[in-house]
Amino acid sequence: MIYREAGQFKINYQSDSAILPILQDRLFMFGLLALAFIVIPVVGSNYFLAGILTPFLILALAALGLNILTGYAGQLSLGSAAFMAVGAFATYNFMIRIPGIPLLLALLLGGVMAALVGVLFGLPSLRIKGFYLAVATLAAQFFIEWALTKFGWFTNYSSSGVISAPEMQVFGIAIDTAAKKYLFTLAIVAVLTLAAKNLVRSAMGRSWMAVRDMDVAAEVIGIPILKTKLLAFAISSFYCGIAGALWAFVLLGTVDPQAFDLHRSFQVLFMIIVGGVGSILGSYLGAAFIVLLPIVLNLVGQLFHGAVSTQFLSNLEMMLFGGLIIFFLIVEPHGLARLWQIAKEKLRMWPFPH
Amino acid sequence: MQFFIEVLVGGLLAGVMYSLVALGFVLIYKASGVFNFAQGALVLFAALTFVSIEKMGVPFWIALAITLGIMVLMGVAIERIVLRRLVNQPPISLFMATIGLSFFIEGLAQTVWGTEVHGLDLGIADEPFDVMGVFISKFDLFAATLSGVLVAALALFFQKTKLGRALRAVADDHQAALSVGIPLKHIWAIVWAVAGFVALVAGMLWGSRLGVQFALTLVVLKALPVLILGGFTSVPGAIVGGLIVGAGEKLAEVYLGPFIGGGIENWFPYMLALLFLLVRPEGLFGERHIERV
Amino acid sequence: MNPNRKIGDVILKVENISMSFGGVKALTNISLDVREHEVCAIIGPNGAGKSSMLNVINGVYHPQEGRIIYKGHASQSMHAHEAARHGIARTFQNIALFKGMSVLDNIMTGRNLKMHTNFLQQALYWGATQREEIRHRRKVEEIIDFLQIENIRKTPVGRLPYGLQKRVELGRALAAEPTLLLLDEPMAGMNVEEKQDMCRFILDVNDEFGTTIVLIEHDMGVVMDISDRVIVLDYGKKIGDGSPEEVRANPDVIAAYLGTSH
Repeated sequence: MIYREAGQFKINYQSDSAILPILQDRLFMFGLLALAFIVIPVVGSNYFLAGILTPFLILALAALGLNILTGYAGQLSLGSAAFMAVGAFATYNFMIRIPGIPLLLALLLGGVMAALVGVLFGLPSLRIKGFYLAVATLAAQFFIEWALTKFGWFTNYSSSGVISAPEMQVFGIAIDTAAKKYLFTLAIVAVLTLAAKNLVRSAMGRSWMAVRDMDVAAEVIGIPILKTKLLAFAISSFYCGIAGALWAFVLLGTVDPQAFDLHRSFQVLFMIIVGGVGSILGSYLGAAFIVLLPIVLNLVGQLFHGAVSTQFLSNLEMMLFGGLIIFFLIVEPHGLARLWQIAKEKLRMWPFPH
Repeated sequence: MQFFIEVLVGGLLAGVMYSLVALGFVLIYKASGVFNFAQGALVLFAALTFVSIEKMGVPFWIALAITLGIMVLMGVAIERIVLRRLVNQPPISLFMATIGLSFFIEGLAQTVWGTEVHGLDLGIADEPFDVMGVFISKFDLFAATLSGVLVAALALFFQKTKLGRALRAVADDHQAALSVGIPLKHIWAIVWAVAGFVALVAGMLWGSRLGVQFALTLVVLKALPVLILGGFTSVPGAIVGGLIVGAGEKLAEVYLGPFIGGGIENWFPYMLALLFLLVRPEGLFGERHIERV
Repeated sequence: MNPNRKIGDVILKVENISMSFGGVKALTNISLDVREHEVCAIIGPNGAGKSSMLNVINGVYHPQEGRIIYKGHASQSMHAHEAARHGIARTFQNIALFKGMSVLDNIMTGRNLKMHTNFLQQALYWGATQREEIRHRRKVEEIIDFLQIENIRKTPVGRLPYGLQKRVELGRALAAEPTLLLLDEPMAGMNVEEKQDMCRFILDVNDEFGTTIVLIEHDMGVVMDISDRVIVLDYGKKIGDGSPEEVRANPDVIAAYLGTSH
């Protein structure tokens, strides 16, 4: 009843190819954005903003990056955390070595650095595919982790190895409260999500999906395979790099290579499997799931009033992660995004069963 | 020169142990086309189970038998609960399922048996003994010999026995194997059981060297370069790959390490594998994949 | 067929092509010409090397000997994307569509060589990219109209029946506005009506746009009906080359297809 498309005719190609062609979707998105930008910063508690929403947004960004590479372009990568690390360290270095550089510019440059490193480690994709490529990305993960820890130059020769992120400010406004950090992150993530959505529905996205589905055919119709794959690596790493920089600057306050280890790479991969490979919405759903799961588990654990140790809970979390991955792969390989789509289709008919 | 040989031999012996872990991968890949990322978790689970049972006072060989039984059951369970339902999905999905499986098994292992580090004593001391002026660790030699025997036995099994042939047929084409009457589900159960056994042996050897702890799962990450060098479907390849990785890693650490800061063991095998992939993607002994349009 | 259609000069020259895979010799010393605007059929028993011939022409396979001269441009081993740039498009025997995308998107990929905005413009979308997308969408809709597949334009290709998939693949090839169209068994697996539709499409394309067509086909009725020239391959060698009537009467061709008594 509510979700009826009847009567919504498209009279030109422009409106047919819009991101949200259905009016109800547009209203929903408008409401969501208003909620996110206006209501939440005011009413949200610090814990909610800094402990749940901000990490969710940053991880969604990283998941978006990986989804571009693995979901749309079909290049399996187990090294997303490494590119996040490059972004974080590059941004840090730009900020302290170029005094007075605006934060946004440093962030942008950090992303570009991550993109370049991504292209470098993406070069093998021209010769190798599938999980051989995954192994190449693991090489990236281990090598970058080692290099960032080993060479003091990256950490500005800090003696303790732990460096704190410099103060952030944009156009003179200091970004110090949880609400401001949240808004800063939200703005960046929203813009980048829009860019990703645009890329995916234009020629670039189609080229990526063509390479993913059948690269021999893609070559035959003239798609430049080399350029397409490398751009996928570049843009994906750019997104991961920005996510990494945000993670370090906004969330942790320190730039620490351990935050970007193999475990993080797997976490991002899980997000897109659970959320939906090859779907922008899926990146968000997956990130939400992964961020909320430990919290829910904690709450459940608290119900037992401490009869359950944190160690037990974290092991249980691991088992649940693994179990859920398998569950999703068996039951709904297209993830939560597909479930969402099915729900919307059911909603079209509601309240009529057929 | 003597130092070089010592490093080389040490590396080769470690390499044979890598081969053992890689072997578990090759088995499952050969028989089901699935790259089993959970092999490392199986190694950890096997080692933890064995050690915990032994700690309860059960004698060595009985504990071994019980653990073996558990590993076999686990293999069958995995096949039945997970793999059977994923038969029609692309290999990437299967791979990701095994990643999920590895997390699950690791969590399970630590939930059931706890997270403390256990020592594992196989009764062979880690003393060096002198062979023509070169010091070799007794333990390394034992491990290498055991691994070598196991690998040789499995190689023969695949080549010469009817069951081995059936396994190779299944790896090539599930449907075709079914159509000539090969009982797919039995085969897979057998394969995973054997992989479980290999995991147990690997777990015990590596466990006594490193201690039985979570880090055991990281050993599996070393097996990947071994597989790339040797080829995913080749048992002799697992041996050769393991030797190359083991020796290469040690030599690089000792001779290259000082120039670039040390600790390169972590990524050196991967870089080596990467270079190999660019030149010879199917590995030294793997099968060439020709794409027909 | 339009009797006023003018067949031009030789546009594609295949010179002494030989190719083998491993131990199998797929093509042995094949030479042939295709003239502009003509419909040329390649026929022969299974395994004769017909698909391999097409693959060599558009650069998917690289021959060990010989060369291809297309529109005066000679090369021994052209790459597939170069062939695309020179205006050669093709369809495949086993349908090479992008299963994860809709019909509309699949055909749009055929336009990719004509799209010139870079990724930054595409990330912005508003402005140059949007105009380009709409312009090409218009062209693709003309093709969709021509092939009568309007009602399935948003359907993911993987869900379509075989006959429709073949039509979509033709659409994708046409989207590139090719000068040479290579069709590998475009009518395989179709019933009589579908074949008639396909024939009509192929002839219309040849008629309206003057596209040169090389097709592999097993249905002799179709071949005799629509082709200007027929080339016969058997075991990788050329055993017949001429008009449909000539080839039909050729004793070597008859022997290859029907077998002879020894």
